[in-house]
Formats: sequence, structure tokens, C-alpha cells
Amino acid sequence: MLLNQFLLLSAVLFAIGVYGVLARRNGVLVLMSIELILNAVNINLVAFSALRETVGGEVFALFVIAVAAAEVGVGLAMVLLLYRNRRSIDLTEIDLMRG
Amino acid sequence: MILAALPGFEPLVSGDAVVAQNIAFGILAVVMVAAALRMVTTPNVVHAALYLVIVLAGVAGIFILLGAEFVGVTQVLVYIGAIVVLFLFGIMLTRGALGEDEDAATEKRRMALMVGVLLLVVTGGALLDSFGDAAMDRSRPSLTAEIGDSIFSQYIVPFEAVSVLLLAALIGAIVVARKE
Repeated sequence: MLLNQFLLLSAVLFAIGVYGVLARRNGVLVLMSIELILNAVNINLVAFSALRETVGGEVFALFVIAVAAAEVGVGLAMVLLLYRNRRSIDLTEIDLMRG
Repeated sequence: MILAALPGFEPLVSGDAVVAQNIAFGILAVVMVAAALRMVTTPNVVHAALYLVIVLAGVAGIFILLGAEFVGVTQVLVYIGAIVVLFLFGIMLTRGALGEDEDAATEKRRMALMVGVLLLVVTGGALLDSFGDAAMDRSRPSLTAEIGDSIFSQYIVPFEAVSVLLLAALIGAIVVARKE
């Protein structure tokens, strides 16, 4: 197997995730796209870890999974708060601080 | 190693194994990219969460293909088991909160598409340029014992930082989401 096939798959998933973050208006869907981005990064970490036959990259992939869990918890709490206050989770409507 | 003692065990670098790995990678990659594209385009939020499950399972398969079994199993447990359930709860609690207004989103979508394609071209070109044909010939999967040793010796400080972060996120989520 080539290293590049994993890195390119990861790049494709990353780009799709960035598209999702920018194009989606629903707050929950934006959080899901962020998970896609984090998973693309994890593929990179594990691929380089396998290339060098060390476990450092895998350990950091585990840390990224833990941080992603924390991020989803706080992010969904914020989306719920938003829904409770404004009856909408459309992120384009949150423009109070727009210049 | 214990694996090498099993009957029928072959090193991961033998010819047949490499062909099988490439076929598995191809199937996983096609399924994952298709599911990811559907995830960011489908109008149904619940379907998006289910497509996310397919992508996450594919990533777990890629991890196992790379010989990182512990990370693959953790991916299934934490992502598919916990995070997706959290997403489904979030979707159900905010159901029907978004009126569909497709016309206003077209411009935004076109810009997002441009950014995504540009990002893919730049990163893809850089990757092809840098790692042209670097081959991976891993002889054995990584052992969970090695990962445990590594976490609790070399990476003990980041590990403790992550545990404090999880506690802070737990308290933060409760404080943010509670009713007054």
C-alpha cells in the first residue's frame, strides 16, 4: 500500500467536511461536518504512525477522539441553548455581532 | 509475537495480503467518499447522521487496515456508540427548527464548493508532490500494550490534560444547557 492513498482519501474527506461547514445552515449539521474534518486528520495521524512503525500517531489519534467527544458535548449544548432562546438553529440568523 | 504463532498467519507484506488490502481500501474509500458527499448534501438531518455513521465505520475500517486495531475499536465505541447518539438526540430536540429556504443558500453553496475544491486541489497537489510513492510495508499490527505503555509513560502529561478537558467539557455542557 502507498502512503499517498491514505493521505489523499483524508484530503478528500477534509475538503468535503470544509464544504459542509461552509454550506450548511443547520447548527447540528455543521458540528457533524466538523467531526468529518477531525476524522480526516485522524486518518493522517494513523497513516504516518503506520509508516514509521511507531505508536505516537495512534496515541494522538486517541487524544483527538477524546477532544472531539468533549467538543460535541459543548457544541450541542450551545445549539440547544440557541434553540431554546431563538426557536431556530439557523446559523445564518445569528448575525448580532456582524459588522 | 502472539499473532505470528497463530496458524495461517502471514506477514502483512506478502503479495496476496497486499492485493487484498488494496481491494479493501478501494471499497472503503468509495463508500466513505460517497457517504460523506451525501452527508453534506442531503436535506434530511436524520439521514445525514446515518450517513455520518457510514463514514465513521469506514474510518474504523481504514484504521484496522493500517494495523491500528485499538484506535479502530475506540473509533467504533466512542464515535458510533456515543457521539452519533448525542447527535441524534440533538436532532430530535431541535426538530423542525429550520425552515427550508433553498434559494438564499445557493450563493453560499457555490462559494463553499469553490473553497472545498480549491482546498482539495492544493492539498492533493502538495501530497502528490511530497510523498510520491512512499510505500508502507508494516510487518505487524501495533499492539494495544505498546499504546498503553506509551500513553502512561511518554504521553502522561497530555493524557492528564485530556482528562481535565473532558471534566471541564462535562461541567461546561451542563452549565450551558441547564434551564434557569
